Parts: sequence; structure tokens; C-alpha cells
Amino acid sequence: MSVPARFQSNDRWQQIKSKMGGWSLTTYGILAFAFLYLPILILVIFSFNDARSVSKWAGFTFDWYGKMFKDGQILLSIWNSLFLAIVSTIISTVLGTLAALGLERYRFRGKTAVDSMFYLPVIIPDIAMAIMLLLFFNMSGIGFTPWKVNFFGARLAVPYSVIIGHVAFNTSFVAIVVRARLAQMDRTLEEAASDLYANAWQTFRRVTLPMLMPGIVGGALLAFTLSLDDFVITFFTSGAGFNTLPVRVFGMIKKGVTPKINAVSTLMLAVSLTLVVISILLSRRSGDGDSVQMGF
Amino acid sequence: MQRKHLFALIAILLIATMALAACGGAKATEAPKPAEKPAATEAPQATEAPKEEAKPTEAPKEEGVKPADEIVVYNWSDYVDPEMYGMFTEQTGIKIGEDNFSSNEDLLAKLQGGATGYSVIVPSDYTVAIMIEEGMLAELDHDNIPNLKNLDPEFTKLYYDPGNKYCVPYLWGTTGIGYNTELLENPPKSWKGIFEAKEDDPWFGRMTLLDDVREVFSAALIYLGYDNNTQDEAQLEEAKNLLIKAKKGVSGYDNDNYEDLVGSGENLLAHGWNGDFLQAADEYENIDYYIPEEGGTIWIDNMCIPANVTPEQKLAAEMYINFVLDPKVGDMLGEYNYYATPNKASLEIADPEYKDNPLVFPPPEIRAKLHFIKPLGEFESVYQRLWDEVKSAQ
Amino acid sequence: MERLRRHPELQAWLILAIPVIFLLIFFMAPLLIVFVYSFLERGKYGGVEWVFTLDNIRRVFDPLYFKTFLRSFYIAIVTTLITLGLGYPLAYFIAKSPPNRRGALLFALMIPFWTNFLIRTYAWLTLLRTHTGLINVTLMNWGLLSKPLPLYGNDFAIILGLVYGWLPVMVLPIYAALERLDESLLEAARDLYASSGKAFWRVTWPLSLPGVVAGSMLVFIPSLGAFVTPAILGGGKSLMIGNIISNQFLGAHDWPFGSALSMVMMIAMLAATLIYFRWTKKSESSL
Repeated sequence: MSVPARFQSNDRWQQIKSKMGGWSLTTYGILAFAFLYLPILILVIFSFNDARSVSKWAGFTFDWYGKMFKDGQILLSIWNSLFLAIVSTIISTVLGTLAALGLERYRFRGKTAVDSMFYLPVIIPDIAMAIMLLLFFNMSGIGFTPWKVNFFGARLAVPYSVIIGHVAFNTSFVAIVVRARLAQMDRTLEEAASDLYANAWQTFRRVTLPMLMPGIVGGALLAFTLSLDDFVITFFTSGAGFNTLPVRVFGMIKKGVTPKINAVSTLMLAVSLTLVVISILLSRRSGDGDSVQMGF
Repeated sequence: MQRKHLFALIAILLIATMALAACGGAKATEAPKPAEKPAATEAPQATEAPKEEAKPTEAPKEEGVKPADEIVVYNWSDYVDPEMYGMFTEQTGIKIGEDNFSSNEDLLAKLQGGATGYSVIVPSDYTVAIMIEEGMLAELDHDNIPNLKNLDPEFTKLYYDPGNKYCVPYLWGTTGIGYNTELLENPPKSWKGIFEAKEDDPWFGRMTLLDDVREVFSAALIYLGYDNNTQDEAQLEEAKNLLIKAKKGVSGYDNDNYEDLVGSGENLLAHGWNGDFLQAADEYENIDYYIPEEGGTIWIDNMCIPANVTPEQKLAAEMYINFVLDPKVGDMLGEYNYYATPNKASLEIADPEYKDNPLVFPPPEIRAKLHFIKPLGEFESVYQRLWDEVKSAQ
Repeated sequence: MERLRRHPELQAWLILAIPVIFLLIFFMAPLLIVFVYSFLERGKYGGVEWVFTLDNIRRVFDPLYFKTFLRSFYIAIVTTLITLGLGYPLAYFIAKSPPNRRGALLFALMIPFWTNFLIRTYAWLTLLRTHTGLINVTLMNWGLLSKPLPLYGNDFAIILGLVYGWLPVMVLPIYAALERLDESLLEAARDLYASSGKAFWRVTWPLSLPGVVAGSMLVFIPSLGAFVTPAILGGGKSLMIGNIISNQFLGAHDWPFGSALSMVMMIAMLAATLIYFRWTKKSESSL
């Protein structure tokens, strides 16, 4: 950084300005969140609509929830979606973080090629990737056997092919977000640590990883969201009998958009919200308050 | 810089080749498979049969095949009366799972990619024609489907499958115009009003067309007096120009939400499928449906069995098809969906309100003006290209 | 261990081994199928005939598709710029809030997107419709409008939908870069420079640049390929590059041409991405 040596002092003015800045930043934050939640509010309201329409209000009812809870397939697809999203997020977060570390911290021959490989899954049109993954799984004969698992009491059978498909596109998204954090991180701390500890693993565990956390959390959130919402890859790579919520919803939409789909979305919102609150409470209880705060 | 990118690309291709060599074993053993079926030269076809299903393509002729305990029906969403599956399980002990697809194209692409595990699929007429041609369907054993006799004879002579060798009609319907009766008293009786709408027509800018190449081109070709499956490029060019001109008066191309837009008064009329309008009419009571005087299209959805099922699954699937053809079940199915049943025996016991509804069962003079959309093979690329032109016109 | 330390290249490959092997098998191998298919003749209804041809590549350079590509490019650029403009202060707001609140804010940012994509888009439609949309109806009832505003079925609605959908994707990497920016550095900068604006442009912005670059890329690329949002909010009245590719695989049953379109688009985008990253890295280090 080149620094022009120019000093001006006007402290009071500076203080007022930064306070004003703080206020307007907060106001902006509130407005931005309002923008994000506006359609969600509409969506939730119309899940209680006493008519088939999602645009014309006709009175309050719980009917759509009743219809939804009678539909065992929908409930199963919600569990499938959540399980798939959690598993593929964990795997792709680990792989993506490793990839980010390797690519951002080192120079080696063939780096441009590896670099490119990690951008491609973001770039490829998903329909092309989905059909080719399906062909690939068939040619190689791997993948379609289901992973039978008991998830919060729901018995699921999740084909490995779907998990692999989700990890294949999510890893890159995680890697890109984590690299954004790494590129900006100050390395002096790590260097100091490695002078003290002399163990690379400890340095990584105690210094690099905590500092990297905001990037990892951001990447994981992104991966989870993309996985939860994916239709095309899931549709083509899942075998018979496995449905996620987006796959069901895409089918349902063909018969018109009804408040039942809103009710399903609202339930999904409620379930994921509960999971988040529980996990936050649990992590507070276990108390990670000692050393480095980890982004949340 | 440039050279480096070139290097990167070459490197990627090299790596990819290596990776494929690594799974080369799998590929090499898979590749020769087309030879087993002399007719099929396409590679994806070769991959239909995974290991568990030894010789699935032939109909089970041997005695003593027991039906599978559980089958998966691959259907459109919400396309059965919810009670039907339970009834079937009660009668036969066979459990049914249902997966949904959202378009014939998705279904076809997925099966061509080699998806397995589905015992009954429900594609529409032209897709059945494609699947038969591509060898993707198993022949039905009519001995296992005695209820075939209930079928209206008309539905045993279909162009895509005369004699019901591969499929049994499930429900059928028409494509026409639905409109809002409160806001629009005189909808255009002819397609002219749609394709050549004037700015002072109340529906100008307040109507949607289907977002479907063949449906929209069929409507335009029928209006112009041509065959709706034409391969005459001059006629298609004329239809394309008509559609581009009509675009100004169209508020959107929509397959999923149009009936709600009409019912709520956002739009005054829409090009769409009859059952969708009738279901919405149940709710809004201000929707009516008709076929313009030049005619419209007809479609039939069918139950078929994919070629890659096991003999056990096939038997269970045939039992299910037989179950659907039961007079009472067929009636339940039709009345639930507001689509017409091809089951003659069902009509005898059906509610008059359903079987006498001219919107569900159009009278003969209108039936005569309904046309099938037929598959056109590679020529479909021409349609797609023209549709892309319509879509991208400003 | 000592040996590893002295050989960073070996270390790099050790770290990269698992993700690279995973992607080689489960991404590059399927991608190779796309590549091979681009040079084969179409099967009648999907699939391929094993006959070599360059026809598909030639067809990609159809002016109609080029025009569509330009249009998609324009929509994606505008979307990215607006998303950056809205997302940066939001990321800044989250990063500057008290540490114990940041986690909750991040989740609050993502939770709307844990509903279903289609349903969210239809909820926007409920707001934006011309004659029955909540916004127009409300404004007209209050007498603020005499004629409804054209809020849907046009580029405005498409861009609004895309900005909404990709805003969190922009915020996450910027937040990751901004979080725990060294406060002492900022203080020093404030002492040094006359205005906090200058301090921002000289210190904060360059440090957050990796996040801005990553976020812009993650928004730009999917916007370029978007087709469901244009279909629903744009009324399906315009064509995007994502539609064309999807239609080849599904509507026209022409897998090789779909593959060729995908390949060409990917190569163009990859080149652009690499150049973009190089360029931003360079401008970053020159600061």
C-alpha cells in the first residue's frame, strides 16, 4: 500500500459522521431483510387461504395443512430433502475447504488445470450435467443402491448417486467461498504460531481453521441451500422411489399452483428453523466461548 | 495469457481422459452391449439393464412367476384418486409407491438415460409412439388384463398402438380455450381472435398461450387450415410469422398457472388443457372452456410397462393396469380428475354430471375437429428452432 | 514431516488429492461424455448415433443463439451489478454487528431460501401481477396510480427475481472476507486519511475484493443460465441461453447439439472466469 502523507483532523465531525453511518447501515440492514422476507410472508399467508388460489384471499383455513399431513409422500420427501442436504453439505464442505487450501496456498505445476476443474461445476448448465451423470452412473454401474438410514425416526433410502451428484456441484461453490476468505487472511499469525508450536497440524487446528471459519460457514450455508433447492440434478440422478421436495413440487405445479404447496413450504421453513434454533442452543450450551469465536 | 488458457484446456481434457481410462473397465464392458440387440445402435439404450435384472426385456412366458411385493408407478402428480392405491393393496397385497415427473420430455430423457425401477409409466400418446419405436416398452400380456374388454373400442384402434399391444389408455382430454365468464361475455369463437387480436379487444394483452412448441404450433397450423403435424417448411414459416405477430397481444406463455390467472381475473382467457380449467372452475365458478371453431388438439395418457422391468414387476404392473380398468375404479379416476375415461363400462355407472359434461366428453361434431400431435423425429429440431425464433422476437 | 515441509508441492497434492480425485471421477468423467457427444450425430429421440460430425459445433454459431447469448449476458451483468450494490452493504452490516448476533443474521439471510424456489417465485408473481397483483391493487386503491404499472412479464421482473434469488450468494463470500477485518488497520487508516470514505476505498474495499470477485462470479454465472425465473416472472416471452440448452435436451431430443451448446458456453465462461480472476488478483496486488 502506498500511503500519501496527508493529515487532516476534524475529530468531532468524524465522530458524528460515523455515528450517522452506523444508523443508516442499520436501517439499510432492516430494509434488506424486509425485502428478503416479503415474498416469504406472502407465501405463508396464502398457505392459510380458504380457496384453491394463491393470489386471491378468500378467508382463513387450516385445510391445506390437513391435506398435506395426510399426504405421507410429501412428508417423506421433506425428510429426504433434509437428509440429502445435510449429508451432501458435510461432504462438500470438507472437500471444498481442502480444495480451497490447496489452491490458494500453494503453487505447483498444473495448477491452472486444477483451478479450472473447480470452476467448471459452477459453469456447466445443470441439465447437461444431470443427463450426463445419469449416463455415467449407468455406464459405470455404480450409484443407484440406496443408503438405508433412520433419520429422526423416518426410514429413508437415499441412493448414493444423488448424494454424489449434489457433492459434485456443491464442492466448487464451497471452494470459491472459502478461497475468498483465505485470500484475504493475514498469514503473520500462522507464521508466529508455527514458530511457537512447531507442529503443522496444531497450527492448522488452532489458528488457520478458526480464522477460516466464516468462510467455511458461509460455504456450508450456500451448499445446504443449493442442495435443498435443487431439482434437475436430483430428478435425473435419483432412482425409482426416491423423491425430494423440489421433485414433488415440480410435479404438483403441473396441476396448478395451490396453497397446499405453500403449506408444504411453510412446514419446510418451520422444520429448518427449528433445526437451526436447536443447533444454535446446543452449541451455546456446550460453550465454545473460550478461544476464538467461529463466525457464529 | 492466451497460450496459458489453451494449455489449461488441453490439460483438462487430458485429465478427463485419464479419469475415464480409470473407469474404462466399466465402459469397455458396457459398450458392446448394443450388439445384443441388433436394432439398437444408440449407446444409452445399451445401459438399460443393470445387473440384478438378468433378462428383463422378454415377456415372462414361464409359469409360476409371482408378482412383485411392491411396484413404483411413475405418474403425473395428483393423477389418481388417493384411495385407489390403498384399494389395490387391499385386493392384491402389492404395495405401490408413486414417483412424479413433470413433463413427457423429462420422463423420456430419464428413461433414455437408463433409469430403472419403474413398473408402470404414464406417458402421453406421442411419447408412447416414440417409446415403442425406441424399443423402450414391454409388450403387455393380455391374458393378465381381462378387463381390457371394458375399453371403448375406439381406444383399441389408436394410431400409436393399434390393438393395445404396449399400452392401455388411462385418461384423455383436449386442448382449447378457457375464459373468465364474469369479465368476458363474448370470447372469440375462432382462433383468429387469439392470433390476430386487435388492441381494442378486451383480451388483448390479457391472455396466455401454452409454453409448448407443438401445442402452440398445432393451434396456429389448425387456424391456418394446415395439418398440425406438417413438415412443410413454407407452412411452418407462415405459422411462425403469425405467432410472432400474435406475441404483442399475449401476456405470457404458461403451462402451470394459467387457470389461476384466468380465474382471479388477471387474464381474461388462456390456451390450455380442459381438465385444468374444469378443476379451477370448481373453485372459481367463473371459468368456462371451449374448443375454437377450427378445432383443437386431443391427447391421451396411457399406462405402459418399461422394457427393463423384471418378470415379477411386470406381472404386478399388469395386475395394476387390470385394476384401473375395473368399471368402478375407472369411474373414480375420471371423476376425480375431470378428464375423460376411455373405459366404456365405467361410463355406464358414472354420475350423469360427469358423463354428460360436453367439456369433458366433447360431442361427435367437435370430436371430428380434434387432432393428435404426432412425433416427427429429427424434424422436431426444425420446430424447436422456429419456436426459439418466436420466443426471442421482440 | 520435515520432508513435507520442504516440499510444498507434495504438500499441496496431499491436501488436494481427495477433492481432485472425487471431481475427476464424478465430474470430469461425465463431462467427457458431454464432450464426446458434441461430436456425434443425434439419435432420433435422444441419445446419439456413433458417427463423427462437426455439424453441432457449426450450428452453435447461429446468429439467433448469439443474439440470445448477448441478451442473457446483459441480464446477467445488470443482475450482478444490482446484487453487488445491494449485497455489499448487507454483508458489511452483518460483519459489523456484534459477534454473538452474526450467526443468527447469517441464518436469517439464508432461511427464506429454504422454502421452495418455485413457490418463492410464484409469491413474487402474487405481488407483481398487472391487474390483480398486491402492489398495483394497493397503489390504485390509495389513488396513487390511475393505470397499473407493468411490473411483470418484462425484464424488470426477471432481474428483480434474479436479484432476489442470488442476493444471499453475493453476501456470503463478501461477509467471509469482511468478517474480522483487522480493526487496528482500519483505525490507522482513519487516522491517515481525511475521510472515512477514503479509508474505506483505500483499505476495506481492497481487502474485501476477493469476496466481491467470488460473489460476483457466483451470481453472474447462474444468472446467465437462468430459465425458470424468466419463464415465470418474465411470462416466458423472452429466450435465455439456459432455455435453449434445456430445450435441446428435452423438447428437440437433440442431445449432441445440447452438449455442443453446453461445451461452447462452458469454454467461453471458463476463459472469462480465469481472465477475470487473474485481472482482479493483479489489480489487488498492485494496490
